[in-house]
Amino acid sequence: MARHNVTVTVNGEAHSREVDSRLLLVHLIRDELALTGTHIGCDTTHCGACTVLVDGVPTKSCTVLAVQADGAEIGTVEGLADANGMSALQEGFMQEHGLQCGFCTPGMLMTGTALLAANANPSEAEIREAISGNLCRCTGYVNIVKAVQYAAAKTAADGAGEDN
Amino acid sequence: MAAETSNGPRTSAKICGMGHSMKRKEDPRFLQGKGNYIDDHTLPGMLWLDIVRSPIAYGKIVNIDASKALEVDGVLAVLTGKDLEAYNLHWMPTLMSDTQMVLPTDTVMYQSQEVAGVIATSRYAAADGVAAVEVEYEPMTPVIDPFKALETDAPVLRTDKEGQEDNRIWHWEAGDKEATDRIFDEADVVVREKMHVPRIHVASIETCGCLADFNPVEGHLTVYMTTQAPHAIRTVLALVAGHVGLSEEKIRVVSPDIGGGFGGKVPVYPGYVIAIAASVVLGKPVKWIEDRMENLQADSFARDYHMDAEIAADSSGKIRALRIKTLADHGYSDAQAAPSKFPAGLFSICTGSYDMEQAYAEVDAVYTNKPPGGVAYRCSFRVTEAVHCMERIVDTLAHKVGKDPATLREENFIPKEAFPYHSPLGWEYDSGDYQAAMDMAKEMIGYDDLRREQAEKRERGELMGIGVCSFTEVLGAGPSKDFDILGIKMFDSAEVRVHPTGKAIARFGTKSQGQGHETTYAQIIAEELGLPAAHVQVEEGDTDTAPYGLGTYASRSTPTAGAAGVMAARKLRDKARKIAAHLLEVGEEDLEWEPGTFSVKGAPDKSVTIQDCAFAAYTNLPEGMEPGMEATNYYDPPNLTFPFGTYICVVDIDRGTGEVTVRRFVAVDDCGNIINPMIVQGQIHGGLTQGLGPALFEEMTYDEDGNNLAGSFMDYLVPTAVETPAWETGHTVTPSPHHPLGAKGVGESATVGAPPAIANAVVDALAHLGVTHMEIPIRPDRVWEVLREKGVAI
Amino acid sequence: MIPPQFDYHAPGSLEEALGLLGSLDDAKVMSGGQSLLPMLKLRLATPANIVDIGRIPGLDSIGEEGGYLRIGALVTETALEENATVAARYPILLDTAKVIADPLVRNRATICGNVAHGDPANDHPATMLALRAQMVATGPDGERTIGVDDFFHGLFMTALAEGEILTEIRIPAPGGVGGGGADGAHHGGAYLKLERKVGDYAVAGVAVQLALGDDGKVTQAGVGLTNLGMAPIRASAAEEVLTGARLVERGGLRGAFSKVRDAIARAPDADEVIAAAAQAAADATDPVADRRGSVEYKRNMARVLTGRAIAKALARAGG
Repeated sequence: MARHNVTVTVNGEAHSREVDSRLLLVHLIRDELALTGTHIGCDTTHCGACTVLVDGVPTKSCTVLAVQADGAEIGTVEGLADANGMSALQEGFMQEHGLQCGFCTPGMLMTGTALLAANANPSEAEIREAISGNLCRCTGYVNIVKAVQYAAAKTAADGAGEDN
Repeated sequence: MAAETSNGPRTSAKICGMGHSMKRKEDPRFLQGKGNYIDDHTLPGMLWLDIVRSPIAYGKIVNIDASKALEVDGVLAVLTGKDLEAYNLHWMPTLMSDTQMVLPTDTVMYQSQEVAGVIATSRYAAADGVAAVEVEYEPMTPVIDPFKALETDAPVLRTDKEGQEDNRIWHWEAGDKEATDRIFDEADVVVREKMHVPRIHVASIETCGCLADFNPVEGHLTVYMTTQAPHAIRTVLALVAGHVGLSEEKIRVVSPDIGGGFGGKVPVYPGYVIAIAASVVLGKPVKWIEDRMENLQADSFARDYHMDAEIAADSSGKIRALRIKTLADHGYSDAQAAPSKFPAGLFSICTGSYDMEQAYAEVDAVYTNKPPGGVAYRCSFRVTEAVHCMERIVDTLAHKVGKDPATLREENFIPKEAFPYHSPLGWEYDSGDYQAAMDMAKEMIGYDDLRREQAEKRERGELMGIGVCSFTEVLGAGPSKDFDILGIKMFDSAEVRVHPTGKAIARFGTKSQGQGHETTYAQIIAEELGLPAAHVQVEEGDTDTAPYGLGTYASRSTPTAGAAGVMAARKLRDKARKIAAHLLEVGEEDLEWEPGTFSVKGAPDKSVTIQDCAFAAYTNLPEGMEPGMEATNYYDPPNLTFPFGTYICVVDIDRGTGEVTVRRFVAVDDCGNIINPMIVQGQIHGGLTQGLGPALFEEMTYDEDGNNLAGSFMDYLVPTAVETPAWETGHTVTPSPHHPLGAKGVGESATVGAPPAIANAVVDALAHLGVTHMEIPIRPDRVWEVLREKGVAI
Repeated sequence: MIPPQFDYHAPGSLEEALGLLGSLDDAKVMSGGQSLLPMLKLRLATPANIVDIGRIPGLDSIGEEGGYLRIGALVTETALEENATVAARYPILLDTAKVIADPLVRNRATICGNVAHGDPANDHPATMLALRAQMVATGPDGERTIGVDDFFHGLFMTALAEGEILTEIRIPAPGGVGGGGADGAHHGGAYLKLERKVGDYAVAGVAVQLALGDDGKVTQAGVGLTNLGMAPIRASAAEEVLTGARLVERGGLRGAFSKVRDAIARAPDADEVIAAAAQAAADATDPVADRRGSVEYKRNMARVLTGRAIAKALARAGG
């Protein structure tokens, strides 16, 4: 079976690997690149624990072949914090208790990050709809919604601060 | 919205003891992808295990042909029951002293049972190997219906068990049958409901798995595994594999970060044992990670109680007696994770929040051709079933005597003056104020207004229901006089060590799976020692370093290990007091304690801090004192704790489709004194959602051939953020009189209380049509069938 | 779950893709992969070759042209949801996209893939039936257009021949008030899906598309049904009941910019017509009993949803 050279840029860093046709993107990220923050929770594209950004679009990485991602910019949970610390959304999850066991959290964060990039001030219904492809068994979602709202408010306040 | 009448914090924000909503210490690593879950572990030379599973529910294995699998590139070995039989490892005990196959030698007993293990150099090669193993079966007719399993002509399934002549596992009963029957014979009113609390699954988002690493030179085994009870697992491994050379001092079990447990990660599954056996045989690390379908189809289920319940009451609705007859479907083996002396768990809590003269409950357990179980899914051993039964039938009684379900409950509550209360089935409830929780819940949701709205809507033909549930929980197993698992008493432990600079490490015998122990335990130590919680590092899960404990399930961590932490910290505070007296050159009795500081009575400027005392413990000791600052406590609680609450919810029913929408849900909980309000509220939110699931969506069903009909997330319907309502919570505080912090367990209250609240709301919406019961999950089609039968479907 | 071995091909042009499909054994076309990859992981599909058309330029366009809304093979559900023309003129398509799987899956799943999969539980086929769409199949001999009524042959079976790719879906552009008035009609459509939770398959789904004249009479009706038989179903009898019936009072459709969508004045016997159409739709179903309900339940849900979808379609036609 043919192997393919795949180059992906993950959190700004380029990686090249020779992979089997069938290698799933999530396994490239976890097993080949050792970025284990992205998780696997089901086989049927329901749980969203494996959500990453592919060219900015939140995507279930268990349902994408690594070869399909050749040339793509991938964002994972490991890339959310920067030199200034955790992102507003990460901070929101901590302040609002938006996580418990932490297993679904990276997927929730990636989905939430993309939501806020597209919609700076989402309503509760919009947040619930946006994360409906990410299952959480611990939190009951209430505090995840609050975490996204926290990040939206903080980002808005920071933006207003910069304008002054 | 959150209402609270709470214990306020006694310590400063810097110390951050009890009552502070401290942000969680574990969060930064989880939020930055630095958690360390089982599948994140790798070791050099690591091999992969994947498992061949039975497609049929019952049958003989005619042949296992591994030749094609062994031709797959990367496949090294295929292990079968015959291979394990050579080591006498093909069977294992369950935690209830039943037995279970690791791998079969001749017969499969349920669909998805482990049949062979494929060992390969990669995840992908192992999967290819599994697909290439050819197994020939001779199917037999399975026993799926637990009622049929008890019929005289039913085939006996456990022919491996000597003396087993039918499919009955055990009979359990509690209470005075004759006295109960007498009350029923003379009672004004008797109501009866038959109900099933169906098979469900914890479906934690992380599945189970392990990495077994046997060092053949040293005879040392390290197992990283998704377990809620690492110490007990180590002992079990030593007991069952001692004959192949595994000795307890050479076994290390490490439970890493766990992606949700909920009881499903208490049992020992065959996959763990196969991985360990493979590592021992091959002398290499072997990793096994379940996929979701294996997780749902083969791991221990929960619930599956068929209950026939009756209440005897006087004409005003005063409850006089309760009688329940139950059939428990355990599948192929009694693989519960329950205390040894409690085959039906704590089902005898079924009298709930109500005072009555007598009660009698019985349970018969049977074998069927389904996966073994059942685990205490976010449940203190069958409390969920007991509460569902009582809280449903109390509504039937209210309906029968024409009273509002909240009023009927209030008239039957155990009054707060009656605590400690002795229940007819033998429990001593520690404390409670049920009316206070009811009052708060009614006020928060606006109960009277909702009843008015309902009456108006009924006039218009609209269906809206209000459901009430006032549960009493029994948590914190447990007092060692009653509670053990495989003979090991259910105490728990803490070891606290304060370093010279006043920072501490605290280790516990439990294991967090998301509950936030790293934070709450640090707060407990902070509360008692006055050290900032930020300076207390909490560790659990490594049997080489943590003190022995029975683990985290059944909401037992705070009642047991939390209390052990308190007692260990108090020992250190006593020692610190002696050191402070030495440093301040006064007598101990002359000292006053404010969290973090000893000062001389009447001379508050003469003081030393707990940090000063810690430093002195290593540098400047009173003569004759043992150096160091370390203490251990093994805590054996004097009783269980009995948290309670009232939940009220509102549902709307679509008369066209039968869809039920939970419009509002108010949960008022009382778990005694609260350590971290933020975390407690999070536990309630999560528990409510895991109660919503079985109430409306989740069930594990089988067809008559024993095929699992909900074996993936396509059919096992876990609620998303869209179906889940915005939970509203409130708290009353009734401290436990015997817990050193006055705290009670809380993790499972909401899972237990939510299903009957929702079911009661749906039944309430239909009550005027003569409906008294709906089985859960309340699917739209089930509702619609009722609507049609009653002539109100549109 | 791990997919079986296969070879992967990513052609850069349609010609190259068609060449690969012609020369490779046991090849399967993949666009978004959101149906195919789960099937591979479950090993329910084991093709020797996968031809990923995802990198072919020009297949991801969506827009009105030549009297049709043209949806290219690589247009994702999310792109459909975000398209202004769709939102303004094809609300039934927006309805449909929004209830497919979940938002993350929709980021990659394509409309053409949803249709080409031939799964009667998929949602777009019913909508395409209601909209009387045309399927453009491209094969080694060029393009051919297949009417939607000839497209679905059964469970996972379609009119696509081996070596053909569904390259475009063409939906006749509505001309009425909702969309410009070229044909003088008022158009409205809706898709309703009864599902247990987000991401679940439909217990039942109903697509209704109506065109009405100024006199309030239905000039054209399309009714498609999801997961109520072995293939997507056109409820022809329901369409016949609706066609020619006056559902709205004469002049009731004027005031096209009214925001009060439910305020349109229904004709005196409209409710009876709608009920009859709904019953006709139910009679057209052939569902199987499963964990989502009995045959009778599903039939009745076809009836209930059809009635509601007609009402919603009417409201949209009036607004």
